[in-house]
Amino acid sequence: MNKKIIKVTSSKKHEADIARYMQEVREMDAAGITRRDLFKMGLTTGVGGLVAIGGASFFPNLAQASTISPPSTPWLDELPIPKICNPTNTMMGGLAGQPGEFQNTAIFTEANAPGFGGFTDKRAEPHQLWTECNGNQAIKYELQVKEIDWNFYPVNDPNTAHFNSKLWTYLDLHSPAVGLLKIEAQYGQSTLMRMYNKLPPTGSDTQGFGINLSNIHLHNGHTAPESDGGPYTERNTEPGQFYDYHYANRRAGFNSTHIRGTYPGYIDKQGVQRDCEGDWKETQSSLWFHDHTADFTAQNVYKCMVSFYSLFSRDINLDTGDETTGLRLPGGKYDVPLCITDKTFDQSGQIFLDKFNMAGFLGDHQTVNLKIKPFLNVDRRKYRFRILSAGPGRVLQVFVKYKGKDQQITRIGCDGNLLPTAQLVNSMRLAPAERADIIVDFSQYPVGAEIYLENRLEQVKDEAPTTNILPSSAKTELLKFIVGKVVVDNSADLNTLQTQTMLEIPPLPKTPVKERRFSFGKGNGVWNVNGELFNEEVIMAYPIGGTHEHWTFVAGGGWIHPVHHHHTEGQILSRDGKMPAPDEIGRKDAYRIGDAALLSGGSSTMIIDIAFRDWYGKYPCHCHNNMHEDAGMMFNFEIVKPDNINAGK
Amino acid sequence: MNKREFIKLSGGATMGAAGLTALPAGAVGLTSLMPTKIDAVTRRRNTFPNVPLLTHEGKLVNFYDDLIKDKTVLINFMYVRCGEICPGMTVNLKRVQEELGERMGKDVFMYSISLDQDTPEILKAYAELFKTKPGWTFLTGKKDDIELIRTKLGVKSPNPELDKDKTQHTGMLKYGVESLERWGMTAALGDPKQIAKYVRRIEPKSSLSV
Repeated sequence: MNKKIIKVTSSKKHEADIARYMQEVREMDAAGITRRDLFKMGLTTGVGGLVAIGGASFFPNLAQASTISPPSTPWLDELPIPKICNPTNTMMGGLAGQPGEFQNTAIFTEANAPGFGGFTDKRAEPHQLWTECNGNQAIKYELQVKEIDWNFYPVNDPNTAHFNSKLWTYLDLHSPAVGLLKIEAQYGQSTLMRMYNKLPPTGSDTQGFGINLSNIHLHNGHTAPESDGGPYTERNTEPGQFYDYHYANRRAGFNSTHIRGTYPGYIDKQGVQRDCEGDWKETQSSLWFHDHTADFTAQNVYKCMVSFYSLFSRDINLDTGDETTGLRLPGGKYDVPLCITDKTFDQSGQIFLDKFNMAGFLGDHQTVNLKIKPFLNVDRRKYRFRILSAGPGRVLQVFVKYKGKDQQITRIGCDGNLLPTAQLVNSMRLAPAERADIIVDFSQYPVGAEIYLENRLEQVKDEAPTTNILPSSAKTELLKFIVGKVVVDNSADLNTLQTQTMLEIPPLPKTPVKERRFSFGKGNGVWNVNGELFNEEVIMAYPIGGTHEHWTFVAGGGWIHPVHHHHTEGQILSRDGKMPAPDEIGRKDAYRIGDAALLSGGSSTMIIDIAFRDWYGKYPCHCHNNMHEDAGMMFNFEIVKPDNINAGK
Repeated sequence: MNKREFIKLSGGATMGAAGLTALPAGAVGLTSLMPTKIDAVTRRRNTFPNVPLLTHEGKLVNFYDDLIKDKTVLINFMYVRCGEICPGMTVNLKRVQEELGERMGKDVFMYSISLDQDTPEILKAYAELFKTKPGWTFLTGKKDDIELIRTKLGVKSPNPELDKDKTQHTGMLKYGVESLERWGMTAALGDPKQIAKYVRRIEPKSSLSV
């Protein structure tokens, strides 16, 4: 197309004139002749020429371009623990307001929906497999997204007690859960999450970034497209609208390859065979949800539109949430999610984001659950921590330190999934969107012991970390645990937790139906995939439902891209032609590629196996450095039936 | 000046390792330079350089006050001698201009900024060559000022070697609703209908009908 256009213009005399003129200007420049000289020589015409525009002094916006956050006193405030949302039996809007397969047509009034009168349902697409998943019996939640005041700095320090930041975040209408919160779901019983958009009206002060639209992605969920929050305009809710998300909480294969379940099923720790819908080996544990509004994902997520979603598998007696059953993992108040995310602040404690920095954004404070260097009083027993690396651009190397020494970490989960058996490691690499479930046994430490969670990966550039592991110091500490009293611990003993079989990796089918290659690169200054910028209406691949493919992800040097696809999980087949590292074994939904992708260096090529099943429709695959994603590093794939005219393209 | 240079200049505070985490509390020398809470109007103004530029009509304008303040704008970078991507881009942006219809020049404005200190006369000739319509202004200015705009808009590669290559900056189209501080970016060679849709998507609801 371009060639043709160029041809049309190049034939014009004008262009030749321009070229000649510019050549002259260049030669004069090369000869050291200034534009003032040119002007004097009468070689330029017009109103004053370029020289006339000198003189106006402009002071670059130092304050904003180089914001440095006020310092914070460490270990003064306690770590906020995300609260669990409460389900509800009746939703607002009267009888017609109850969720269903199709768009809700209820009239919301102040009488049947106090505070939400006039709200309308944004969802136009019906829920897939609503009846099959017993949608009418779904566990229902009503949440809203709105602006709240929050202090990341210690309120226990008089210098920072008055600090305040405007956050856009989630609130449960049926419990005090706010900010980072948690939905707990069980396999076999679907979740209906209604999200009311109560964000400030257009024109309100946004503090410089964010858009008052909401579109939620349950990250790592095996979810139908209409509830998946892909960044498509028709799914954005505006203030005054709500959206019903239906999370099936069914294992991959439930409507395709394993429609009658898996035989033999999971043999639990008591020796009982447990059957379930789908492939039990596809069981997941640790999910999270976040805003995914096109072009504004980085800004809205930075504003704290982020929360947790734990999926328990009581149906097969695996990860039950109950310390006395299944794998007997630490549960209840001893199951704590940790969200690690960068922030930068102005002097009032308001979060600041350079929204124009497309390379990525590093904050100068690494916060844990929205606090700078908080502490946590822990009981002297075992805990499960679900660690989320929430970026937007920083890659972590997480350590646990006691008395200056690295402690052994019992890692039980990789991204959203339990590993085949726990891995005993001394640190973990986590790029944005990656997760790790770990067990920490505080009974090994004396009362009063102070143990630190640290990030020791050196990252001074927005685009990627180095592979240098920094010495442990006050700067690398993120969270302090203070060991308290001994309490009852019903979870399995540490040795069992470290050695028991947890979850087998699903066997890979043999020959893939198709192989595809996706190159994550940069051209003409913008992030792209295979040279293309994201266009919500363009589909790059049409995999056929019920098949699996091999996808090769390629990255050049200078950057790290945590690649993430929606719909399902994949398995890494190889990295640069070699077997994946131990921490990448198993199912994953975020894959590090590029600089510092591995402990010791970069990785340019990886191949994953990905299976498409149960749901049909359009999903995105993108870099999860949200700044890269918003700048175009994303593509769509659409899962189609075999008789679709695009099938397999 | 970027953050690292700033710290170097402000002296003392060594950048740690995990970034700037926990500047020592004693680093009070920085306090006077720390930004204080600012109102939205000031913040908006401070976000962009208000540098002087010349239009292809030879008019002297200020980037923030005259070109983008309170407007819906589309901004790209080009230069007249660019034979690679620029002509095709200009033709494509003409189609975008058509998509935006009568709003062009009223509340929606397109700006093409020269990376090569093209003169206003040359830019005028270029605009005439491509028969651009009202509402689309070609701009030129001092190299440092243009660099500043480019940097502030993020149309820049952090790799200095790559950044020297002008063709690296000519494919991006920044679009924004300045009053709402909403900005997006897409390819200047993208589907014109999509580009117009993206612009409308970030506008207040009342404009959706356009």
